[in-house]
Amino acid sequence: MTTEAGSETEVKEKAEESAAEPDQSEKATEDSQEVANAEVEEKERAKVKEKEGKEGKGISRYLPTWLKKQKSQSQTSPTKEDPPTEEPVSEVTQEEEGPTPEVNGHAEEVEEKEEVKSEQVKEKEAETHSNASADTEPAKEEKVEESAEKSPEETKETTEGEGAEEETKEKEGAVEAEGEAGEGQTSIFQSPLRLVRKNKMKLVVCHVTLLDGTDFTCEVEKRAKGQYLFFKVCEHLNLLEKDYFGLTYKDNHDQKCWLDPTKEIKRQIRSNNWQFAFNVKFYPPDPSLLTEDITRYLLCLQLREDVASGRLPCSFVTHALLGSYTLQAEIGDYEPDQPRPLDFISQLTFAPNQNKEMEEKILELYKSHRGMTPAQADTQFLENAKKLSMYGVDLHHAKDSEGVDIMLGVCANGLLVYKDRLRINRFAWPKILKISYKRNNFYIKIRPGETEQFESTVGFKLENHRAAKRLWKVCVENHSFFRLNAPEPPTKARFLTLGSKFRYSGRTQAQTRMASSLIDRPAPSFERTSSKRISRSLDGAPMISITEAGRESAENGREPHLELHSDSKVTVVDVSPGDAEAMPSQHSPGSSELGPPQSSLRVHGDNIYVRHSNLMLEDHDKTQEEVLKHQASISQLKRSFMEAPPPSPPQPNQWEKRLTSSPATIRLQQQQVVSVPQTEAATADNAISDTKEPAKPPVVKTEMVTISDTFAAQKTEIATKEVPIVHTETKTITYEAAQLDGNGDGEPGVLMTAQTITSESLCTTTTTHITKTLKGGLSETRIEKRIVITGDCDIDHDQALAQAIKEAKEQHPDMSVTRVVVHKETELAEED
Amino acid sequence: MAGLMAGFGHYTHAVVRGIPASLAKEALRSSQTEVDLAKAVKEQEAYVEVLRTRLGLEVVELPADESLPDCVFVEDAAVVCGDTALITRPGAESRRGETEAMKGALKDLNLNIVEMTDENATLDGGDVLFTGREFFVGLSKRTNQRGAEILADAFKDYAVSTVPVLEGLHLKSFCSMGGPGLIVIGSSEPAQKALKIMQQMSDHRYDKLTVPDDLAANCIYMNLPSKGHVLLHCTAEEFPESAKESLNACSSQFASPCRVFIS
Repeated sequence: MTTEAGSETEVKEKAEESAAEPDQSEKATEDSQEVANAEVEEKERAKVKEKEGKEGKGISRYLPTWLKKQKSQSQTSPTKEDPPTEEPVSEVTQEEEGPTPEVNGHAEEVEEKEEVKSEQVKEKEAETHSNASADTEPAKEEKVEESAEKSPEETKETTEGEGAEEETKEKEGAVEAEGEAGEGQTSIFQSPLRLVRKNKMKLVVCHVTLLDGTDFTCEVEKRAKGQYLFFKVCEHLNLLEKDYFGLTYKDNHDQKCWLDPTKEIKRQIRSNNWQFAFNVKFYPPDPSLLTEDITRYLLCLQLREDVASGRLPCSFVTHALLGSYTLQAEIGDYEPDQPRPLDFISQLTFAPNQNKEMEEKILELYKSHRGMTPAQADTQFLENAKKLSMYGVDLHHAKDSEGVDIMLGVCANGLLVYKDRLRINRFAWPKILKISYKRNNFYIKIRPGETEQFESTVGFKLENHRAAKRLWKVCVENHSFFRLNAPEPPTKARFLTLGSKFRYSGRTQAQTRMASSLIDRPAPSFERTSSKRISRSLDGAPMISITEAGRESAENGREPHLELHSDSKVTVVDVSPGDAEAMPSQHSPGSSELGPPQSSLRVHGDNIYVRHSNLMLEDHDKTQEEVLKHQASISQLKRSFMEAPPPSPPQPNQWEKRLTSSPATIRLQQQQVVSVPQTEAATADNAISDTKEPAKPPVVKTEMVTISDTFAAQKTEIATKEVPIVHTETKTITYEAAQLDGNGDGEPGVLMTAQTITSESLCTTTTTHITKTLKGGLSETRIEKRIVITGDCDIDHDQALAQAIKEAKEQHPDMSVTRVVVHKETELAEED
Repeated sequence: MAGLMAGFGHYTHAVVRGIPASLAKEALRSSQTEVDLAKAVKEQEAYVEVLRTRLGLEVVELPADESLPDCVFVEDAAVVCGDTALITRPGAESRRGETEAMKGALKDLNLNIVEMTDENATLDGGDVLFTGREFFVGLSKRTNQRGAEILADAFKDYAVSTVPVLEGLHLKSFCSMGGPGLIVIGSSEPAQKALKIMQQMSDHRYDKLTVPDDLAANCIYMNLPSKGHVLLHCTAEEFPESAKESLNACSSQFASPCRVFIS
């Protein structure tokens, strides 16, 4: 565990190193296996370490490593909860050991022992991880692989700093532990911080404010992921239908953010404030469909809070009515002899502007609920609350293109635009093709209306980049939860996660309903707490009215999937649909852009979430024409590539003279690019491959990197960031799957779209190539996307890659990614 | 109270106002045709008769006011939903005085009165379409954004969406509700465009009943405790084609068809 944990950090380090030493990267490129990446990395790492070693193993050197190595994958899932208990042990040990100034000596010894250990550990880990939620955490897999492959050298290196703390190690033997402990000491005394880091098993106390206003405290391993804590809370609440809920924390800017279950808590909160709140994240459009009363009760608690705080506006009468149900649920039937009921009522908060009149009304209504059970009262409460127009709408401040203040509301059905209290526009999910953000801008691409020919893009300005990203995330999650049947097919999922690293990782509403229909336990008894709570602020959770996926699709004739992308890199994605059903559009190959290929237009934006939905039906019409257009533009693009160096810095045509040096960080595998053929040979072709068989690229020799997961991407990006040079990177991702579809026609393939976006120092080009082939009754559709991103050091390549992959997956859920090829070209001034 | 936000609720009262003689000459007009005062009075009598006798509503008749030539158009003076009545601030200055009498009448019905005091706000009730689930407010010559905002504040439970009214006087000059979930819409281009916007802005789905004449799209749907669904629409003599549509819609929409003409 220890070893693998280090990968991210190490990458960064390497990146730096590589920047400094270009030659390293060359060596790296020599490898040519699939695994190359990992290996290369390892080597590099090793080098780095060696370097470090030479330079001295001073304590200070370890610090960064430790910090980063902390992220191990333990506690990925709730089942791994045991470790925490063990943690204390290791800590203690370490503390007992006296401070040892001499780090080096100890370290060495430890290393020896560790080698053996770590290997075993790695293996174990590999197993565990592969079984574990592969789809949500693609990165892990990578890590595992890497770690498994690490050479002894590396291991040593890694272990030096980290020492021991893994459970496995503990089991392995006291001796080792001691050694490690010794090592650890040094650091401990050096700085308190380090102490903490050193103990991977270090526990942290989390405070979670529950919906009833009480505080739940629990300890989690410091590296625990969000879901660990979330599950702890759900367990405490005895909640099974947990998918509607989430944990929030406040970021440094005091903004409420959702804790990502798949990421380490520590890395999200970015402060030492382990304070969270348990909230409803997705408001079920129809609460009566929830299976358990306890779930409804929790939803009621959230809504009482929403109503009392004014976040969920309602009329006087509604306030009174909701208040009366709250009373009935909390205190039962009205007792005529109860002394001064109004006094009691006035102690509770039901509305932002609660007054005597309202309290009287509440009392009056409350009296009429006699005989209603708490569960019935909750149900009535919800039946009324769900009809409120702002139920489940998560509002975000923004400005429209003219600088006018508006609010964007994300809900189950789509995106709502408000100006003051008025709804001035609405974009239902089926109408939205793509969602993206770039800096503080948030964009949605709208499907053309019946009478319109082209898609339009609507942009909004958010307060800052963070706000734009937050909004984007909420959209991604709401869309996934309410509109998709499943987040993504598991197979693909395990492959990579997104570059922006973000996508909805939980169950969709459809899935959670299915799951809750299987709940088979006696209704848990739970204690209702007094409803007297002061409103806390939470950010509204998203979602509202329901839209059944089925209904919506029927409504629009489109499928629900969107794509997400982030662009800042070049990535080529090949997607081939595996099953015909999912992709209705395939019937007309070439037809619309949407066809299986979908809206291939990529965008610019740091992150893009595109819904590619189904559109097939509707899109067909515009198809032919559009396709032609796109093709035209593509060839144009190609031409321009070939003709002259594109505008911004690095451009595709540099491919020709590219050097293959890749920053050390990336593990590259030298391969031939698959590309293609079609017409013009040059650069553009590389990107496109028509068939599954990767043709060899006519042109240049490029380095190809096969990235199997996001993790790799991350590393890369880091490297690039650090490198002061300009480079161009191309990545190709291929999704392939055999598809049954009667229509296959061996059409060569049509380029659906090409788009070049240039902004400042970045230049992104996306090309999508779709090919359908018919082989013995089997029709196969293969989509290859190529994204070229050029720019200077600011590009986050890994992220872009990850994003592209994610996007591709989202876009074509029924297809699988069969190949990801990354070309990374860096122009080094020095080299030629 | 469980019926809160229960669509249209039940109709129990109707407020009408007499026709002042000044209507013929001084009222605001969008066309230059002559107003046949006598005929207008007769039509109104028939209308009130239907409301009171055939539908059994309690009709509150406000006296005409000669200084308010448009006072007969009571729809513009207030918007009532649930137990709240929003007294509007009509877009035409000459009509602002109409709200006084209306306010008094609604107060007497024990409604919670909300007044539009903002001097920058204008709102004509004719621009307000309540569908049972939400409001659409036409932004027209008579109604502005501010007026719509105040309406949204008055009826917080509901979504209030704005719809540009580019032609015609009011939003309801070419549309109205024909029943729960049914929008009666004229076939003119502006009407159809407005309908599209409304459909896009709504989380709910509405059926539409397109009638050949825009004016015929102005109906009154009521849910009467004693009679069920009632649609009050134009006469067949006035708009033969549209009336036919309405009839058909009525009979297919409701189990117990009831249609009433204003004769």
